Amino acid sequence: MSWLEQSDTLSCVLLRLGERRFALAADQVAELVAPSRIFRFAHCTPEIDGVILRRGRVVPVCDVAEKLIGKKLIARRFYLIATRRQGTSFDWIALPVSGDCELIQADLTPPSATDSAHVGGWLSHAGEVIEVLNLAAITPGMISQESESETLQDATPEAQTC
Amino acid sequence: MQPAHAPKHAAPRTEQIILFRCSSEIFAISSSSVQEVRSVDSLAGAETDITGSSVAKVRHAIRRNDKNIYVVNGAIHFGLRPSPASLIFLLRNLRVALLIDGIEKMSTMSRLQALPPAYCHEERHWYRGLTVLDQNVVPVVNPHGFLLQEELMLLDLVTGDADTPMAAAATTSQSGLVP
Repeated sequence: MSWLEQSDTLSCVLLRLGERRFALAADQVAELVAPSRIFRFAHCTPEIDGVILRRGRVVPVCDVAEKLIGKKLIARRFYLIATRRQGTSFDWIALPVSGDCELIQADLTPPSATDSAHVGGWLSHAGEVIEVLNLAAITPGMISQESESETLQDATPEAQTC
Repeated sequence: MQPAHAPKHAAPRTEQIILFRCSSEIFAISSSSVQEVRSVDSLAGAETDITGSSVAKVRHAIRRNDKNIYVVNGAIHFGLRPSPASLIFLLRNLRVALLIDGIEKMSTMSRLQALPPAYCHEERHWYRGLTVLDQNVVPVVNPHGFLLQEELMLLDLVTGDADTPMAAAATTSQSGLVP
């Protein structure tokens, strides 16, 4: 059962992207961290900026602002580290945000058929109607059942140099 | 009375890797995957030019043991800006050689993390995973990801390397398609 089906009242984290605020279900949020060094390497997934290191884990950074507000964030104040679950597996993804985040309790309105895929629901807070994000729809990649890390090879014969 | 033995702990598994440069980016490859490291100059004249292939990252082949070894340009493979290559890795048990800019250093990795699922395109073939060395994240390349089976078959067809079973299979396949 998804969080949408469980209850009408939901704990959410409000996040700011430019001038707009969005919400993410609190159980999908791992932590909020200050921006750190981004490591970049060759890849073909344009939504991913690179990775950061957090508690020994490699966490991809995905700027969702372009999809949600039409432009990339000029200033990144924090990374909101979110978890994506599928079955028993989960992975982390870091979303750059441009302002403070806030934990709230709010009544949730389910999305309608005409809403974009990234809308997981709606909530009302402080006179503002806010989209609750469907993380799976705005971040790339499917979560597989692959093991966390590959076994290292036993034999390491030395390369022959000429 | 027997002296108490300290509990035996399995030694942490490690893997020796070669850090190399391609178009100013650093990659790692398991040293066990590399059979030979040659300078580009040492192979001058020994290679065959490949023209008319749809596999743009392969321009040359080296003939060894009656088989073609295809030279993959690392920079083009990874979608980077082409740069002057100086070394070639001949990969173990594969018909692939990799053109690189240079070797950075040898190192040892103790942990290989899976590529995060958010990376969901070709890079999943390119890399075995990521490792952290000196607080840097380095992608560890998958030696089998440089040329897919179909690409090898195409190259065998272009070069007429019909001795290999792969080429024979490709020829059969093609003859089935063309009336």
